[in-house]
Amino acid sequence: MPNLRFTEKPLSEWMQKGGDYSDVVISSRVRIARNLVHQPFPIIASTEQAQQVRERLTAALQDEGVQAQGPFEPLVLDELDDVDKEVLMEKHLISPNLINDSRAGAVLLAENESVSIMINEEDHLRIQCLYPGFQLEEAWQRATAIDDAFERVVDYAFDDRRGYLTSCPTNLGTGLRASVMLHLPALAIMNQIGRILSAVSQVGLAVRGLYGEGSEALGNIFQISNQITLGLSEQEIIDNLHSVVMQIIEYEQHARSRLLDESRLRITDRIMRSYGILSYATMMDAKEAFQRISDVRLGVDLGLIDRASAGQMNELLIMTQPGFLQKTFGVKMGSGERDKYRAQMIRDTLSDVHVAD
Amino acid sequence: MICQECQQRPATLHFTKIVNGEKTEFHICEHCAREKGELIPGTSGGFSIHNLLSGLMDFDAGNKAKVAGTPAQQLQCPECGMTYVQFRKLGRFGCSSCYQTFDRQLDPMLKRVHGSTAHSGKLPARAGEQIKVRRQVNELRQQMQQRIAEEEFEQAAQLRDQIRELDKQISQES
Repeated sequence: MPNLRFTEKPLSEWMQKGGDYSDVVISSRVRIARNLVHQPFPIIASTEQAQQVRERLTAALQDEGVQAQGPFEPLVLDELDDVDKEVLMEKHLISPNLINDSRAGAVLLAENESVSIMINEEDHLRIQCLYPGFQLEEAWQRATAIDDAFERVVDYAFDDRRGYLTSCPTNLGTGLRASVMLHLPALAIMNQIGRILSAVSQVGLAVRGLYGEGSEALGNIFQISNQITLGLSEQEIIDNLHSVVMQIIEYEQHARSRLLDESRLRITDRIMRSYGILSYATMMDAKEAFQRISDVRLGVDLGLIDRASAGQMNELLIMTQPGFLQKTFGVKMGSGERDKYRAQMIRDTLSDVHVAD
Repeated sequence: MICQECQQRPATLHFTKIVNGEKTEFHICEHCAREKGELIPGTSGGFSIHNLLSGLMDFDAGNKAKVAGTPAQQLQCPECGMTYVQFRKLGRFGCSSCYQTFDRQLDPMLKRVHGSTAHSGKLPARAGEQIKVRRQVNELRQQMQQRIAEEEFEQAAQLRDQIRELDKQISQES
């Protein structure tokens, strides 16, 4: 029986604790892709070969060095039901790819969910560290230490010239994808988001929505990540991203103080209206929920509202997702019903906690 | 908006291709996208990066094949059996040996995607040791050749012994 603890509590540590610049930066993530030598990559591996890879990597958990980085708890995808898989995905602990396309997929989770190691996703091993706030360097240090621990017990596919060999050439070299999730409501309100994001894409970084590739930027949440993995060192990749994000933070903070200076009443009204709707609505679609939650979060960060907390808003972002709603209420639901349960979830959460933490 | 290819159906796919900072926008209908081939994968999953990659590969391989007369289409990875045609279609490698098999086709694509063709980041600790030793051996060999050319055989012999010692280390570790 797989351990269900990970799918029952909504909050991972990354959502609870602040971290640096937590008024703008929701989380920082580092992912490194690794493959075992002399094993076909997951896209063409047979089920037996994929199982071998899974066994070898799970066996590595017995190693002292790996244990010292953990402990990690293995969850085998085939042993989870669909709702649990969806919840893990909504918590950013596994990818849609691992759910849909993987054979013999598994994930190794750290107790506080700041580390998730996917097995047999696009690559044999994907080590992911997810930290609250702006902590790119910390996330990278953790990921590279875990990488070192695994490398002592398994042989990686590595080439002198090309670096770490990955299934997709876009990950080749360092196998490193670093990303930062930003909440940029003031820039959005002032219509400056497009300009900044197009500038970002011109310096070799990519912008995506809350749930990665192909997802829409709902609730003014943007993920910014490096595109280039080859020819730069890991430190250069982290530093580049860090300095660009730092600038975006400054722009956002500047836009926020302008909002307060120039239209305090208007912005307060907008935030309070959203809070009111979240508190009393009986139906709410995902898009509206995201927008209202974004408004209230901005209110919290600007000190305009004391009835809600940033942690609560982070929590709601995850808890209003389809998988989580289904998990919580224990019913299969169509999209109309989902809007009803989503509204209920939001009302319950807001009335539960009156004092901001 | 009307599809820019057929000028008839409404454009349903909108994307921007950025190659070396040069932006090209596409507004096409699904039908034309399919006609153009490989822009849309067979599944309903939508447009993916892998399809763009194969586009880049295609372009380069075509050029290269003409110049070098290499039948890239006939390449097949000895370890996993992935053929060049399959690789182009998937945009992903089948195993680590594919990188050697398709090595000659890779540089232009990597240059486009990453602006570079060689790794300059982290080395794995264990295998990295070997790589360092191998680099050292290569250096010593060059020095030895030089000594021989200069007829300084005593020093050349010393270098030869060092190389043997390091070679032994490498074969023990692997």
